Amino acid sequence: MTEKYDVPYMRRTRDFYRAQGYEKDYVWAHHDETPFAPPPKSLRECRLGLITTAMPDTVEGRAKRQVYASMTTPTPHSMYTDELSWHKSVTHTGDLGSFLPLDHLRSTARAGVFESLSGRFYSVPTEYSKRNTAEKDAPGILKLCREDHVDVAMLVPL
Amino acid sequence: MSLVSRHLEENGIPTVIIGSALDVVEHCGVARYLHTDFPLGNPFGAPGDILSQIGLVRRALKLLEEAEGPNTTWRTSLGWRGGDEWRDDYAKVDDSNREELRLRGEKRRQRQIAAKASGETRAPMISEA
Repeated sequence: MTEKYDVPYMRRTRDFYRAQGYEKDYVWAHHDETPFAPPPKSLRECRLGLITTAMPDTVEGRAKRQVYASMTTPTPHSMYTDELSWHKSVTHTGDLGSFLPLDHLRSTARAGVFESLSGRFYSVPTEYSKRNTAEKDAPGILKLCREDHVDVAMLVPL
Repeated sequence: MSLVSRHLEENGIPTVIIGSALDVVEHCGVARYLHTDFPLGNPFGAPGDILSQIGLVRRALKLLEEAEGPNTTWRTSLGWRGGDEWRDDYAKVDDSNREELRLRGEKRRQRQIAAKASGETRAPMISEA
């Protein structure tokens, strides 16, 4: 029987790619300081934006990895997750509630925990290039959040 | 995703990350992180487990509201319904798949060369694990 332990994903990924013949290890982002923004008001008054690493399950979303904004209503039937590194041998991404909980967030907002869900949710690609993420995609997501008057954000990497 | 979180925080938008790769997120450093100890792919709980999913949405919102400073990590006590064998399985490398991985790497590099030649400037962070 396997014991519980925190899976060392950074080490596993390094060893997995070395086994595929890659000689240069990926260097994970690391910072000594962490920015922190306190909530600007009570959560009950906040509009929440949801951000995912899954791409829209559309012709464009399947073909082009980039930042997307998609309508939160109606909840999409599926998201494109094939290119992401999730644990494909033990689970699946057929239930959006397991990684993109739009329905659960809507019901939680109706219960008064926060004010509302933004009209759009946002996709951001996982990138080998930290520069693409930091200089292109993160500012792109910020711009969309500001357009939609998002007060707080929930980010869900697969 | 951690870099996106940091950018939003720097620009005044509070964030909470819900994920299952503790070492990756903490290595980067984020404001608020709810760690759910599940296989990658279902950070809110197993497909169909609606009660866990809703409970974790609520827990994440509570963290968003209550964290008092950066690098705040909360963990949940929920376990994966199928046991813990998945922990050893992810991105496993041993004698049973070493040759397969070597061949996979060769094919992947050929695809990367072709993609670069066609002008593609983006590549997934990690894939095929």
